[in-house]
Amino acid sequence: MDALLHFLPQVWFVILGLFLFLYVMLDGFDLGVGILSLTSSDEERRGLLMTSLGNIWDANETWLVVMAGALFGAFPLAYNTILTALYIPIFMMIFGLVFRAVAFEFREHSTNKLFWNYAFGLGSFLAALGQGFALGSTIEGITVDAAGHFAGTTWDWLDWRSILVALTLIQGYVLIGSTYLILKTEGELQKTHYRTAKIATITTFIGAVLITIVTPVFYETTRVRLFSAPMIYIFAAIPVLGLLLVYLLIRSIDKQEEVTPFVWTILLFFLSFIGLGLIIFPYVIPTQITIYQAAASPSALVFMLTFIGVLIPIMIFYNIYNYVVFRGKVVTGAEYK
Amino acid sequence: MDIFSNTVALSRMQFAFTAIFHMLWPVLTTGMSIYLVIIEGLWLKTRDPDYYHHIRFWSKLYILNFGIGVATGLPLEFQFGTNWGPLSEAVGDFFGSVLGFEASMAFMLEAGFLGIMIFGWGRVAPPIHYIATIMVAFGANLSIFWILSANSWLQTPAGGAMVNGKFVVSDYFQAILNPFMVKSVAHMFLATLETSLFMIGGISAWYILKDRHTAFFSRSLKIILATTIAVAPIQIYAGHLSAEQVAYYQPTKLAAMESKWESSPAGQPADWSLLAIPDEANNRNSWELTIPNGLGYILEFRKNLSVPVPGLNEWERQDRPKMVGLIYYSFRVMIAIGFFLAAVMLWNVIEWYRGNLSPDKIGAQKWLMRLWMFSAPLGYIAIEAGWVVRCVGRQPWVLYDRIRTVDGVSNVPPNNVLTSLIFFMVVYSILFVTTLYFGSRIIGEGPNLELPIPGNDGLFVINPEPAESVPDRRPIEAQQ
Repeated sequence: MDALLHFLPQVWFVILGLFLFLYVMLDGFDLGVGILSLTSSDEERRGLLMTSLGNIWDANETWLVVMAGALFGAFPLAYNTILTALYIPIFMMIFGLVFRAVAFEFREHSTNKLFWNYAFGLGSFLAALGQGFALGSTIEGITVDAAGHFAGTTWDWLDWRSILVALTLIQGYVLIGSTYLILKTEGELQKTHYRTAKIATITTFIGAVLITIVTPVFYETTRVRLFSAPMIYIFAAIPVLGLLLVYLLIRSIDKQEEVTPFVWTILLFFLSFIGLGLIIFPYVIPTQITIYQAAASPSALVFMLTFIGVLIPIMIFYNIYNYVVFRGKVVTGAEYK
Repeated sequence: MDIFSNTVALSRMQFAFTAIFHMLWPVLTTGMSIYLVIIEGLWLKTRDPDYYHHIRFWSKLYILNFGIGVATGLPLEFQFGTNWGPLSEAVGDFFGSVLGFEASMAFMLEAGFLGIMIFGWGRVAPPIHYIATIMVAFGANLSIFWILSANSWLQTPAGGAMVNGKFVVSDYFQAILNPFMVKSVAHMFLATLETSLFMIGGISAWYILKDRHTAFFSRSLKIILATTIAVAPIQIYAGHLSAEQVAYYQPTKLAAMESKWESSPAGQPADWSLLAIPDEANNRNSWELTIPNGLGYILEFRKNLSVPVPGLNEWERQDRPKMVGLIYYSFRVMIAIGFFLAAVMLWNVIEWYRGNLSPDKIGAQKWLMRLWMFSAPLGYIAIEAGWVVRCVGRQPWVLYDRIRTVDGVSNVPPNNVLTSLIFFMVVYSILFVTTLYFGSRIIGEGPNLELPIPGNDGLFVINPEPAESVPDRRPIEAQQ
């Protein structure tokens, strides 16, 4: 029984990690394309960028809904504490997502396309910024009382470290957005995004290095865990693999390959997630609340596992099917129906 | 004012506002999805191009509504954490799980196949496209099941007990199948369907009235009418069943719905209040118009009550809902609309029987068409009113009889809630106006009857062509 009490929250920690990863990867390129659209010079290009997302953005965003629902069900205490603490970043994200979601529909019918382009681009930026702050301040830790409830103040989430994480996340989204566009476009537009991909690789890399240095320096508990065997070996492997992937990514961009930059970027994201997961585990709010404290009752976890667990491969299947149906480049000129 | 420094009041207002606004959009997408399944089925069967053009036309309104629905649904889920944290923590075991199911089982299905349904013509074979349409409809309506199951559970918590301030579930299936669930799901399912049918009917009537594509839209009007023959009367009965379960499980809500202050004992007749001016300060109605002996007939189809019906005065003020007038009139508005729509259906059926709805004669039915247009938004009003009854009426409880609303609210500074509420009000007002504007523009443009029919050459090839961008079709001078 005791083993089960430990095992179930761990399973849900991994599932939530998977949902979060799928969300960050899929809506990541979605938001990245949105942010990139702000730098786009003409109407036709922006139209192309939005068309490349038209059929998938809502499915991508659904992973956020799935992730939030799973967090709510599996770790109710964390859902309460994290979302209450992050009131402002969460609403930043929500309003950002609202704007970009409606921009898809309204832009198509509007004659004032420029306005909805900005709603789309700035909405994407705002959503990414809110997510970055939320992620940054959750890693930093949230002030809680003895019962595990939020005990801090309104602006706790804002400091230079959460700003660093937010900016890095935005760079990461721009990177994955650029590599997605390399995959989906051709000609001049594709060339532009080889350039943005390269710039974003460098800025993301700088941000990631800074976070990697700052995290152990400022957080003693993390430091102790990271620099003791056997964790030290795993943690030593992550930067090495990361450097390798960055090298491969830059090389594939320089060679103007089409598919590989996106693949390397996804692997980089995945690696960062593994690193993040290892830093956070076994906490759901680092150094304050463990997954065992925050977990719902074992029966709830089993109940959710039987339903959602079965659905995970099915959901992934029809997501993939969607991408298969809409494979190929996005071009302009043809009549839209 | 006091209310602006009260986190509880502000959080309630925010949830109410965002939920009421959100509710406007999925209503049409869930109901219309069934209509789309019907006409796409008819198209596959008959291969009549008109049906295909119907699908393409109504899909445009579908996707517009869907986008706003997604955008405005997100804040609801997150508000459970940001504004209703203690509630989320207490009921997470069940309520959180069910929201997770809704997202992964229903919403993902809908979102996953929507792309194919809207943009997939020419990319998949028509039968595959039909499967996508069915999946979208199935997912959308499965959402009704899960969301209504979750909400019904808040109304009639079942399958466990409160332990140390947390609801511990012992039987999940009992919790899903809580006492309110079946009838609430049925009532809401029919409500979205009926509202969508009257919306589609109203839009069709507008074209007929304008003498645009009369034959084309008289066809959709008849499909709608044939469906409403079943839906409208059943919905009245489903509503009655819902009221009965309220009478049984939530007597305070029923008393507020009837603005009934004094109890009526068993074995005697009781009057039914038709109109009243509730006076909450003095626990009475300051004016009232009643139907003598009506309550017994409504609740039990006979004159005398077999069980007593308690009035609001049976409970302490803090244990019963406030805003009695709002609950009372919302309830009456909902009922009136339900009967009105059934009457519209009946009149149409008579005209149909007389042969007056044939494409060459329907244009002359000016008043009938105006009536359809007038009826188009009524379903929405009925649904919102019904939810007001359901959720304001269950106060002061957020989890009925277990957790009070005041105990479910996150301890967030009131200014934060006020700020987010103001943002919601501003942003949603803009969304409302723009959606109506673009919706009416889509309607103004009308169906594109020139679209090539997929699979018409008898051969179907999966089109390897890339996705297409929206060209700017404005005149050159407007493109600056």
